[in-house]
Amino acid sequence: MDFAIFLVQLLNGLQYGLLLFLIASGLTLVFGVMGILNLAHGSMYMVGAYLVWYFFQLTDQFLLSALISAALALGLGVLIEKTLIHRLYKRNHLDQVLLTIGMIFVFNALQSILWGDDPLGVPVPELLSGSIHLTELVEYPVYRLFVAALCLLLAGALYLVINRTRIGMLIRAGESNREMVECLGVNINQLYTLVFGAGVMLAALAGVVAAPMISIVPGMGEHVLITCFVVVVIGGMGSIKGAFVAALLVGVVDTFASVLVPGVSSMIVYILMAVILLIKPEGLFSSQK
Amino acid sequence: MKKHTSLLTLASALIVSLAGWSAPTAAADKPIKVGVMLPFSGVYAALGDAGRNGMKLALEQHADKLHGRNIEFIEMDTEARPDRAPEIATSLMSQKKADFIIGPVHSGVAMGMLKVLRNKKPVVIIPNAGANAATGPWCAPNVFRTSFSAWQPSYPMGKAALDKGYKKVVTMSWNYGFGKESLAAFEESFKAGGGKVLKKIMVPFPKTEFQSYITDIASLKPDAVFVFFAGGGAVKFVKDYNAMGLSGKIPLLGSGFLTEGTLTAQGDAAEGVITGLHYADGLDNPANHAFRADYEKAFGKPADLYAVQGYDTGLLIAMAVDQLKGNISDQGKLIQTMESLTIPSPRGDFTFSRAHNPIQTIYLRTVENGENRVIGVAAEALEDPARGCKMK
Repeated sequence: MDFAIFLVQLLNGLQYGLLLFLIASGLTLVFGVMGILNLAHGSMYMVGAYLVWYFFQLTDQFLLSALISAALALGLGVLIEKTLIHRLYKRNHLDQVLLTIGMIFVFNALQSILWGDDPLGVPVPELLSGSIHLTELVEYPVYRLFVAALCLLLAGALYLVINRTRIGMLIRAGESNREMVECLGVNINQLYTLVFGAGVMLAALAGVVAAPMISIVPGMGEHVLITCFVVVVIGGMGSIKGAFVAALLVGVVDTFASVLVPGVSSMIVYILMAVILLIKPEGLFSSQK
Repeated sequence: MKKHTSLLTLASALIVSLAGWSAPTAAADKPIKVGVMLPFSGVYAALGDAGRNGMKLALEQHADKLHGRNIEFIEMDTEARPDRAPEIATSLMSQKKADFIIGPVHSGVAMGMLKVLRNKKPVVIIPNAGANAATGPWCAPNVFRTSFSAWQPSYPMGKAALDKGYKKVVTMSWNYGFGKESLAAFEESFKAGGGKVLKKIMVPFPKTEFQSYITDIASLKPDAVFVFFAGGGAVKFVKDYNAMGLSGKIPLLGSGFLTEGTLTAQGDAAEGVITGLHYADGLDNPANHAFRADYEKAFGKPADLYAVQGYDTGLLIAMAVDQLKGNISDQGKLIQTMESLTIPSPRGDFTFSRAHNPIQTIYLRTVENGENRVIGVAAEALEDPARGCKMK
C-alpha cells in the first residue's frame, strides 16, 4: 500500500466513522443518557432513508425532502415516546427490549407495505455531485466530504448542548436522579420526550444524508444497529465525546482490517470492543460512576 | 386469479360432462395439484410474486392443452427461510399430494427442499434458485430447473473478458455459496485462456461498506474487475465504484444479477457495466415481445427475468400434460416427456441437460440509458457441466 492509497483509506475510514457517529449519536442520547434500550434505533435510520426517497420522488428537491423527513422523524419520535416509551421508564431493560423489538417488526412491515421490497436509490444533489481527484485513478465525491463535514458539525453542536447548556445539564441531571430534578420544579417528562424525539431525528437524519450513498433496502436498519451499540459501549455510556472517538476508531479499524486482514475483518470490531472493555470496563469516556 | 380458476373449472366441467357420453376418463375428473413454494413476504417477495405471475400466465394461455384437467394451486410462503423449507415441502408432498412442486427463489431453501423431495413422487421444478448442487451432486430424476446454474452466467464472462483484451483482473463477491460459485466459474474460463486473477476479494455477507475494497482495487490497477452482487448489495457496489471514480477507467464486468432489477436505483452509475445473463428485457424475438405485452396487460407492470422463468415453468407443465394427453400418473413417462421438450421461452428456445438444467444461450449485455442492451452472445447453447451428478 503506497502512501497515497494509505491516505485515501484513512479518509474512507474517517468518513465511515463520522457517519457511524451520526447514526450512533441518537443512541448515545437515548441509551447512554436516558437509559432507554431502544433496539428500534436502526429502524429510525431506515425510516429516514425511505422518507427522503419518498419525498424526493414527489418534490425532486433533495434539501426540501431532507427537511420534511427530519421534521417528520422528530414528530414520530415524540409520538412514540408519548404513547409507548414513557410507560417504560420505571420498568427494567427486558421490557424495553421486548417493546422495541416489536417496533422493529412493525416498522419493517410498514416499509414493505408502503414502499415495497425493491432496492431504491436517491441521486446525489446536483450542487454536490462533483468529485475531487486524489490519485491518478481515485476520485473522492464531494458529497461524501460534505457528509463528513456535516457529521463533524453536528458532533460539535451536540457536545456543546449536552455539556455546556442548561438544557444539557438538566438532561444529565435527569439521568442520575430523576425524582430530584422533578422536585426542583423541572418538567422532566417533557424534557425526556424532547430528548427521545431528538434521538430519533438524529438517526433518521443519518438515514437521510446516507441515502444518496447507499442502497435503500429492507433490513438496512438492523445492519447498522449492532455497530451502533458497539460504538456506544466502546465510547462509554452517555458520553458524546466517547461515542465520537469510538465511531472514528471503529470506522478506521474496520476499513484497514477489511483490506489488510480480510479473514478476520468481520469480527475485528468486536475484538476491538473486547480489548477496550478489558482495559476500561466502563468504556473510553464513561460519564457514569 | 380467482376468476380465472373458476373459468377453468367451468371449462373442465363442460369437458367432463361431454366426456360422460363416451368412455369416462379417470384423468379428467381430478385436478392437477401444483404446490408453490415461493417467498411472498420478506426480501425476495417481489421475485416470488413475479415467478407466480409468469407461471399462471403460461398455464392460463395454454388451458386448452391440459386435456380437461384443471389446475389446483396450493401456495405456501417460504419467507426465503431455509429452516422452514423441509417442513413446507413435506406438507405439500404428504398431506396435499401435490403432482408438481414449484420453487424456490433462494438457494438455501432449495437445498432444504431437495433434502425432502429428491427421488420422491412429486416432480420438482425450480424457477430460480441457482445453486450448482441442485443440478450437480444433488441432481435427481424428479428435479428440473427452468432458470440457470450459478456457473452459467459467469463462466462465459471469463472468455468475454479475454476477448476484450483484459489479462489481469480483480474478482470480488460476498463470501457465500452463490458468490463463490460465480467467481469460480469466471476464473475457470479466464485462467484457462491465460488470464491472471490479481486478487480475489471476499466481502463478509451482508456487509455493504465497499469503499475500502474499491480503493484497494484502484491500488492494484487491474485491466478489469469481475464481481457478483445482487439486489441491494449490487446497487451499493455499483454506486460506490462510480463514486470513487473507477467507472470508465477500469471496466466493470459481472454476473447478470449485478444489473437486474436494480437499474432504477443505480441510476447513471451503472452506465457501461457489462454483464452476462440468459435473458435481457429488450431481447428481440417474437416470443419475448408477445410475452412482455401479455404480461404487462395481465399484471399492470413490466415483466422481468423472474417472470420469464416462472412463465417457462408453466410452459413446461402445460406442454408435458399436453403430450401425455392429460394423464400424468406414470412418473417415469412424465419425466421422460419433460426431458424431451424444447421450451419456446422468451429468452429463446431451450432444452434440458442430462441433469435437467436448461441448455441455453448466455447473452452479453451492457447498460445503456438505464437498460440492459444485448451487445452479443457470450455463449451459445451453454450446458452446465453438472459436476458430481450421477444421473445417466
